[in-house]
Amino acid sequence: MGAKMTEFAGWEMPLQYAGIAHEVSIVRAKVGLSDISHMGELVISGPNALALVGHVTTNDASALAVGAAQYSLMCDKSGGVIDDLIVYRTGSEEYLLVVNASNVETDFEWIASHNAFGAKLEDISADTALIAVQGPLSPRLLEPLAELDVPTLGRFHIRRALVAGIQCRAARTGYTGEDGFEILCAASDAVDLWRSLLVTGRPLGAEPIGLGARDVLRLESAYSLYGHELTRETTPVAARLMWAVKPTKGDFVGRDAILQAREKGEKRVLAGIEAIDRCIPRHGCSIVTLNLIQGPPEMLNQVQHDVVGVVTSGTFSPTLSKAIGLAYIDRECAAIGTELSVVTGGRICACRVVPTPFYRRA
Amino acid sequence: MDLKFTQTHEWVRADGDVATVGISDYAQSELGEIVFVELPKVGTKLERGDALGTIESYKTVSDLMCPVSGEVLEVNSALADSPQLINESALEQGWLVRIKMTDPGEFDGLMTAEEYEGVLEEH
Repeated sequence: MGAKMTEFAGWEMPLQYAGIAHEVSIVRAKVGLSDISHMGELVISGPNALALVGHVTTNDASALAVGAAQYSLMCDKSGGVIDDLIVYRTGSEEYLLVVNASNVETDFEWIASHNAFGAKLEDISADTALIAVQGPLSPRLLEPLAELDVPTLGRFHIRRALVAGIQCRAARTGYTGEDGFEILCAASDAVDLWRSLLVTGRPLGAEPIGLGARDVLRLESAYSLYGHELTRETTPVAARLMWAVKPTKGDFVGRDAILQAREKGEKRVLAGIEAIDRCIPRHGCSIVTLNLIQGPPEMLNQVQHDVVGVVTSGTFSPTLSKAIGLAYIDRECAAIGTELSVVTGGRICACRVVPTPFYRRA
Repeated sequence: MDLKFTQTHEWVRADGDVATVGISDYAQSELGEIVFVELPKVGTKLERGDALGTIESYKTVSDLMCPVSGEVLEVNSALADSPQLINESALEQGWLVRIKMTDPGEFDGLMTAEEYEGVLEEH
């Protein structure tokens, strides 16, 4: 298909096809397809399924009707994030957890080690493919192909459906900030499903979308990425994800530590930044309180400054025509409008704290 | 038509004592999609080997090295809004700067296209 390939979490993945900026615009305006089969799928089932799910995740899975889903976190005893995931209730006693590719084994071991409830836990990742169909024209792509009343499949819901004659689960979820679907099928059906989606989608302008564009899309929507915004060293408090944490649902791993962190307040909080200068704030770059428009980093030795943060992700947003990023910044310096400097490569670049998400669909 | 190259993947064309400078097709391909280009102001005096600016892509930031000493006569202003011209047409529309050379002998000392191809084969 002419993709430029790259390696991610042990998988060979397409970084881009036609180009990152182009692919981003396709998803924002039309519809794009991504093979995200590298993601992990774990199934928890049986009479104590909810007890186990509730114990290891932060959100309230008891609020899920069959066919509903929620974004959630798994935290350790200190409140550090082990993974972020989506929990789908696929049966009265069955939950499908879609987890990050880099964390599948860790997540499985973690859940297994906390399974005092005797629930059934399976890793079906190797046999499961996942294709994302994202963009405003997604429903029009799916409707002719799926034996599914697409308008009645609401956001954060999942349903079994035949798609191009293939047994699938179609979920109205996604990581791009647009309307769309994530479709699960047996690994052996993946190629046929992909081909059918692409052929049906071509007249609508559908194109394959690589990992590079997906990273830009999720950043524009200010979605966190595990390993960048979320690590064992970050709590949901610092990551501003307390909306996915329900301490009143009952006890879960990390609950006390998270409540303490909320009580005390975290030193650094996640904030959105946009570059004022023409440069991309990059993962790992320091943020300092200098307010210089441009200068070499040697100036840091001469001028009074404090390191007040670190960039977790950054890119150029073609949708907004500016460089944006997410960063952990000392609380006192994280107010909207605060001007700071990013020390990136050979330069100091001015940036300011801005509200997130950077982009919201109409 | 004399197209010469540097070890650092810049190309140079000379028209009398005016040199046009850009980056090679290999360089733009390695960089990937370019989003920002920083170039010196017209009138800047540079020596061979001085920093000529930077090119930033999604992947990385790359420093440009001035291949010939002289004064910056002209800068490709189209690149501010359309940096992708470098990816699309590195040797033509993606030109970066024009320099009035103080020592055209420096141009003669650059690699020929064949010599540059040889360098690329080693990559």
